[in-house]
This record gives sequence, structure tokens and C-alpha cells, in this order.
Amino acid sequence: MYDIAIIGAGVVGALTARELSRYDLRVVLLDRLNDVGAGTTRANSAIVHAGFDAPTGSLKAKYNVAGTAAMPALCELLHVPYQNTGSLVLAFDEADRNTLNDLKTRGEQNGVPGLEILEGEALFAKEPNANPTCTGALWAPTAGIVCPYELAIAGAECAASNGVEFLREFAVKAIDFTDEQFTLRADDEREICAKIVINAAGVHADEIARMIGDDSFSITPVKGEYLLLDKTQQGVVNTVVFQCPSPMGKGVLVSPTVHGNVLVGPNAEQVDDRFSLTTTAAALQEVQQAAKRSLPDYQVRDTITSFAGLRARCDRHDFVIEPSAVNARFIHAGGIESPGLSAAPAIAAALAEMAVSNAPAKPSWNPSRAKPIRVHELDHEEYAALVKEQPAYGRIICRCETISEGEILHAIHSPAGARDVDGIKRRTRSGMGRCQGGFCGTKLLEIIAHELDMPMEDVTKSGGNSQVLLGRTK
Amino acid sequence: MEYDVIVIGGGPAGMAAALKAQENGAARVLILERETFLGGILMQCIHTGFGLHYFKEELSGPEFAHRFIEKIEANPAIEVKLDTMVLDVQPGESHQVIAVNKADGLMQLNAKAIVLAMGCRERPRGALNIAGARPAGVLSAGTAQKYVNMDGYLPGREVVILGSGDIGLIMARRMTFEGAKVKMVCELMPYSGGLTRNIVQCLNDFDIPLKLSTTVIDIHGSDRVTGVTIAQVDDNRRPIPGTEEHVPCDLLLLSVGLIPENELSRAAGVQIDPITGGAQVNEACETEIPGIFACGNVLHVHDLVDYVALEAEVAGTAAAQYCKTSSNTNGDYINTQGENGVRYVVPQRVNKRAQQPVSLYFRVGQVYADATVQVRAGDTVLASERRARITPGEMEHLVVNPEQLAGIEELIVEVVV
Amino acid sequence: MTKMKMICTACPMGCSITATVDDNENIVNITGQNCGRGVAYARAEVANPARSFHSTLRVADGDLPMVSVKTTAPVPKNTLMDCAQATRGMIAKAPIAVGDVLLSDIAGTGVDLVATTRVTANG
Repeated sequence: MYDIAIIGAGVVGALTARELSRYDLRVVLLDRLNDVGAGTTRANSAIVHAGFDAPTGSLKAKYNVAGTAAMPALCELLHVPYQNTGSLVLAFDEADRNTLNDLKTRGEQNGVPGLEILEGEALFAKEPNANPTCTGALWAPTAGIVCPYELAIAGAECAASNGVEFLREFAVKAIDFTDEQFTLRADDEREICAKIVINAAGVHADEIARMIGDDSFSITPVKGEYLLLDKTQQGVVNTVVFQCPSPMGKGVLVSPTVHGNVLVGPNAEQVDDRFSLTTTAAALQEVQQAAKRSLPDYQVRDTITSFAGLRARCDRHDFVIEPSAVNARFIHAGGIESPGLSAAPAIAAALAEMAVSNAPAKPSWNPSRAKPIRVHELDHEEYAALVKEQPAYGRIICRCETISEGEILHAIHSPAGARDVDGIKRRTRSGMGRCQGGFCGTKLLEIIAHELDMPMEDVTKSGGNSQVLLGRTK
Repeated sequence: MEYDVIVIGGGPAGMAAALKAQENGAARVLILERETFLGGILMQCIHTGFGLHYFKEELSGPEFAHRFIEKIEANPAIEVKLDTMVLDVQPGESHQVIAVNKADGLMQLNAKAIVLAMGCRERPRGALNIAGARPAGVLSAGTAQKYVNMDGYLPGREVVILGSGDIGLIMARRMTFEGAKVKMVCELMPYSGGLTRNIVQCLNDFDIPLKLSTTVIDIHGSDRVTGVTIAQVDDNRRPIPGTEEHVPCDLLLLSVGLIPENELSRAAGVQIDPITGGAQVNEACETEIPGIFACGNVLHVHDLVDYVALEAEVAGTAAAQYCKTSSNTNGDYINTQGENGVRYVVPQRVNKRAQQPVSLYFRVGQVYADATVQVRAGDTVLASERRARITPGEMEHLVVNPEQLAGIEELIVEVVV
Repeated sequence: MTKMKMICTACPMGCSITATVDDNENIVNITGQNCGRGVAYARAEVANPARSFHSTLRVADGDLPMVSVKTTAPVPKNTLMDCAQATRGMIAKAPIAVGDVLLSDIAGTGVDLVATTRVTANG
């Protein structure tokens, strides 16, 4: 019996788990996937938005501005890569200029600090490769970039080290409420009971709500496709570069990533399938073309991978962050589309406040997590000393990103650690470089099998039936 | 630690270069290899067909490698560090190599000369931008080759292979021998990138269809691959609507090209030829940084390991020479240039005072039947050979003699139809 | 009469050759080749097509899980899958040297299967 169960271990669920872990409560974090941050959190724009997009007075505006303000300190505490790059919205004509003025006014009403409209030299000083035909831009100094899945992983790791349990591949298929407690049943018939449930189920949040008879909101997945460019394109863009927003969303952006790549995307397409992350040639073409308008000179041929993510668009056109009208002990975090990542720290705090009354705080609570060692960040002296002490850091497994065996072992054995190839990839970046795991993939499989004491052929790419190997040859 | 020559990479290029360097007077030679064994990618190429030019007999990959490994092991002047990753190469008065392994920790090593022999890697799916899902069961052919041949695991039972390069063809046969059903090999181009012998012995022998001008346009499956959609392509390599066909499979292998692995070289400031993806070198395999040499697949992707070994011996010999004189270069160079169908030429420049015959390696951009390849300077033809057939998949070479270099200002390599 | 189609591997030309064979398996006609080597190739392919075979065997007590193997001479083409079958279930015990015979007379071909990799014994 848990005090609180959180459905969904995306960035919202994981950070909420961390907030709750400060109290003397039994908390469980559930996800239908094999890892933290493996759904929408894995595939999005990785942007910390300043907060001028959402209508004034909306929950999106409120939590975005608060979350963005909290983000730098939280990332520092959790050792998550974050950069305060600022953002630009480019204008190409008179109509765009009017949009910039509207955004600036709205942003100021939302409480976004430092907004400024730049022209000419001031603009191109920030972004020398911006399209020369661009006539002005809205500069938002508080915007930034973050690694979204690392934020979720760090949150879950912190929560787990403070006592929160993490259940993987627990896809909730039914919820009962009897005797003042919820029983959550998974599709493999596992069951857990909890007094309070937090619904942070992303594109499935409305389906979860319906399991208690709450149909107060519904979600339409909107697919966005992205291109990730090689580090050779590093420096082609310094800030998050948007074009003027359209009714379908904020449009295609070009942005540096915290790891030194360049991200281009997304398009926006309403889809029916809440599981499908397929990319299409047409959409990737559309993204490539649209981004050329912002940065005419970026090199499409330096694409190292493409991917798709689903945003949870809600029919309320705003976040749903409230106790359910059907049962006040069932708290929703629904419709968390953009700016959900930016808002996540503030949403997590709000959810925790709604869920907890009068629980004693744990004196031993550690708000941080162990800082993961990244050998490529060390200078020679530090690295030499580390290998002397822990030789596993001296064996490089992924050469594109310079990731050592020690880092991979840490990813597996840390709280709420990696159980599959993609989990290691997200925690260490092994296999995320230009060879995309061609060389290190086979070694990763060996290490996972060895460390988790399982046969090689049972190791999966991303849980479920995603085994990499189908058996022995003979 | 001061070495005469440090060789980065212990595959066929690195081993051949190290042996020649030692033979030509380099007293202390070190090979740094990231795997736990010498031999490089040859160790997973268990099929035969290696060594016909170099050893005049047909060997498997491990046997070819083994002949070099035995010589290295028997040679006390050549030190080998396995399971060791080179992190950085810093050119200088004495070149510095930063490397790391579990046993020695972080090492700062110095050498008079460095031979880059890191080999190449396969182009991944991302570089192709194939649309569709991201399930398990999409592997590059070389990764699958390692799983099957070295680790003893089967990555799939119903296989589609994209790309008819030799690794793809070889894996079609290997997967068949291991009980898998290879449904087809798709090739974007109107011709195969592999050797004719491999098409006959790896595909035709087992009735595996080769679909030319065909590509994979979509990948299906959520956890594991369940199938792919293939389509024919037009002359511009764009899919032709209406030709789509769904092919059920549980494994898609990609054999779509190799890329020289030059991250270290780039970081060291070595000039890279945009077409080969490898260093720009002179006839001694020396890059524009004096004392840094490159050979094998890190320099340009070869078709036969025999030529890798021969090229590496040139590099190893020159590296040993450099240790004695600190210079091979007197600065007076003739640039080479590919024209009329020749995509690239290696070396990119030839010293006018070269002492030895100079092999010019090159590849063409399309298939030619019954054509002549030639080297000329102005209107003077310096070397010329007739070919029944030339294909982009096969590396060609022509030899120019030192006395022919006098007084010329260019070396043009071309196809004459 | 049957027509056998083949691609000549004698050189990179890859001529498409058709050999017409009568009911007594005598070649009555060869077409499509551009030189005499094509004729020789076609005759060999009709009379006795042979291929070298290579695979792996599982290893016991070695520093490698698999050892690569090849036949010492080409085997009849139609025995290749039998040879593949013969490598299943077989275990080679380390240490193994390059050239060690690991299976004699594979699939009744009269040809031996030898190791092409060195495997050191564990411990």
C-alpha cells in the first residue's frame, strides 16, 4: 500500500516524485515503458521557453514563467546540462513585426523579464547566421536549452535515492476505488494500491482519467519530427531561433543542444496513434525547408539522425493541473504539451502541494543526486587520478562521444538505473554520436548482460519485445 | 615515454606499417589498438578471398591478419597496447599522443612520427534518413557480422539487406549459412557496389534476389522490425510512386557505405580531402603535418586488404625514414587531379623528387565497359591501361615512375572511353 | 535440353553466360561470354560447380566464444547447406591453432574443416 502513486515517469512525473520524496511517505513512480523519460520527454525541442507564447492568465503562462525561473538552480542541483542561451523570434515582414510586438506585450504581462526587440547589427551580433532578409527579432534572455530526459532521469534518481520506488513496464489498464484506496492494475495483472494518484501520463492522461470515470478533458497527439545534426554544425546557431508562431504551434526552430549538436524541427501533425513514433520523408523534408528560412546556411547533409515525438494537445487548450472533479484524491497533470518541459519544475511543486497535507518532512532528504562522471569533461590530471582509483573509467566504450565503461556501469547501477540499450544511451550518450552505436552497440549489450546477469539475447533496445538478438547461432 | 613511431590502430594497415617501420630502422615502435585483439575488422571477415595479391594465396580475414600478428608478436621492438583508446594527437616538435586504458591509466606518449591507421566505420541509418519507426532489428551489416561471427548470436531470421556493397553481400551468405532467410538485397543504384564474384557466390548461389534501383522507404514495427516498404527509384534516385511493396522481415541490414574514421586526424589539424574523407597525403602517405602519416581505410576506403597492406608499408617505411632525417619533404610538389569520370586520386600530391615508383589510387563515379584509364601531364600520357570494365566499387591504380616526374606541373588521372 | 544461366566471375566484366546442356549433361552450346575464360568458367560450372565454405564453431574453454573455420578446398556447391548443418551442435575445445583440423570429411565431401583463428585455452 502506497501513500501516493504517480502514473508516468516523464519529466513531470519524475520531478513530482522528487518533490514528494522529501516527505515521510511511501511513493511509487510507474511507467508503461522500461525507463524514466522514455516517452514525450525523450523526443521534444529541449527548450526552456521564456514564457511569452501562452495567453496571459493561463496555467501554461503561469507555470512556464515559474518553471523557467526555477530551471537553472534545479539543473545545477541535479547536475543536468542546461544553458541559458536566450531565444530569438525572427520577423520577415510587417505582419511578423506586429506579431513580435504582440508577443512582447503578452510576455511582459506574463511576467517574462528582459524582452527586447532587436534589429540590424544587434540582431546579427546574437545570431550571425540568421537569414539576412530578417527585419527584426524578439530577444528573450531567460530562454535556454536543457537535456529533457536527463532532467527526468536525474529527478527519478534523486527520488529513488530518497526512497521512491520505480516500477517499469507497468502499463495501467484499470483503476478501482474502494475503501478509500485506489487499486491500479497493469496489463500484465500486477496490482498496486495507493491512497492518492497523480496522473502524469502524457499523451495517455485522458485515457487514465477515464479509468475513474473522468472525461473532463481529452488529448489529441500531435506528432513532431526533428533532425539532429552532427557536432560539425556546432556554432551555426547560438540561441534558440524561432519563426513567428502559427495556429499549429511555435513552428520550426533551430537550436543548439546542450551536447553540442544542432536540433532542427518540429513540424506538427495531428495523429490518431498514441504509440507511433514513425518519421516520414515528407515531414523531414518540410522541416529541412522551413529551417532554411531561419538559417539559410546550415548543412542538411550533416544530419546524424531523425526522430519523432508526440505532444499531448488538450481540448482545453491549456494544462490541466487540478484534482479530478470525480475524486479529489486523483490529481491530474494533463495536456502537458509545450511549454511543459519549461514548466515541469513548477508543475511538480504544485502537484506535490496538492497531494500532500501534513506529512512530516524527512530530515535526511537529499535534494541532489550523485554527479555523474563524464570523462570527456575532465582535464588530464583529473582523468589520470580517476583511472588510477577506478580503472573502469579508463576503458572507452563509445569513441564518438568518449564514454567509458565506468560511466556505463554507473548508469546501470545508479538508482532507477538503465535496463536497456536506449536507457544507457540516454544516461551516458553512448551510441548517440555519429556512428550511432555501430561499434559500441555490441559492447553495450555485453556489459548490460553481464551486469544484470541476463543472457545476451534477452537484452532489449528499449524494453518490451525489442530484443537486439534473436538467439544463438549454433 | 618517447617512441620513434606510434601507430594508431592495430588492423592490417597498422600492423603492416609498424612492421615496415621497424624493418627500416625505427627502434621503438608502439601500436595502440582499441579492441582487445590485433587484426581489426579482418577478424570478423571469416570468408575467404583475402591475400590473392599480397600472399598469392586465398586466405580468410583472420588468417590474413594472423600472418601479421605472428610477426608482430615475434618482434621485441614493436610494443602493442590493446584495449587502449587514443583520445588526442597533438602535433609538435615531438608529436604527442594521449591514450588511456585500464592498466596504464592515462598516458602521454611522444613519438617522432605517427601513423594514423584507424580504419573506417559504416554509415548509420541516421545518415540515410530512412523514414519510419525506430524498432530494434536495424543494424549495419558490419555490426551484424560481429554478432554472428565473433559473438555467435543471430540478430534476425528473416532478413532484408539494403546496399549491395561487399559486406552486405557477404552477410547475405553468412546469414543463410546460419539458418536465416535472406529475402532480398536492395540497391539504390542501377549497378551493384560489390564484386561480381560476391554477387554470384553470395546471392545467386542461394537464389537471393538483387533488386537494383530499389530502396527501403519505410521501416515498420514498434518493438522489433516487422517489415519494410521498398520502392523502385527513378534516375534521380527518388522513389517512384506506385512501386511500393511491403516485405515482412525481422531484420534490416544496412550496407550503405564506409566513412574513414578521421576524428583524431581532424582534431590534430590534418587537412581532410572532402571526397575521400581521408587525409590529404603525398606519395609517402605523409599528411601536410610533417611526421604524421595515414594509410589504409582511414586514408581512403579500399576494396582489397592487399592494397591496404601495400599502402601501409609505404607509410611505415616513410615514417622510419622521417625518424632519421626529420624530413621527407623538400616542398616541391605536383598536385594530382581526377578528371573525366575519376572521382578522386590518392595521393593528392607527389614530390617531384620522389625516388620510388608512385602508385596513384583512384575510383570512378560510374560503370564503364571497355575503357582506358590513364595518367597524363598536359598532352603527355605517362601511364595508360585498358580495362574491360571499371566500376565505382573497385579501386583502380596506375603507376608513374620517378623519371617521368621531371619538369611536369600536373598529374591528371582520367577515363578515356 | 536445358539452359543454364550464370555470371562469369573470371574477371570484373561479369559476362552473363548461357550454357545449353543436353540430356546426357553434355554442353552443346555456350553463349554470352566475351573471351575464352568464360568458356572455361561455364564448363566448370556445368561439370562440377564448387565453392569454398566458411563458418564458425562454438568453442569450449577458450578465450573466444566462437572459432572461425573454412574448408581446405572447395566443396561441391550443392553440399554447402549440408556443410552449414554440420557446423551446428559441434563444439571445438580450446586451445586451437590456425590450421587445426576440427572436422574431417565435412558432410561427406572428403574435405576437412580447419580453424582460421587462434583460440587460447582459459585459465
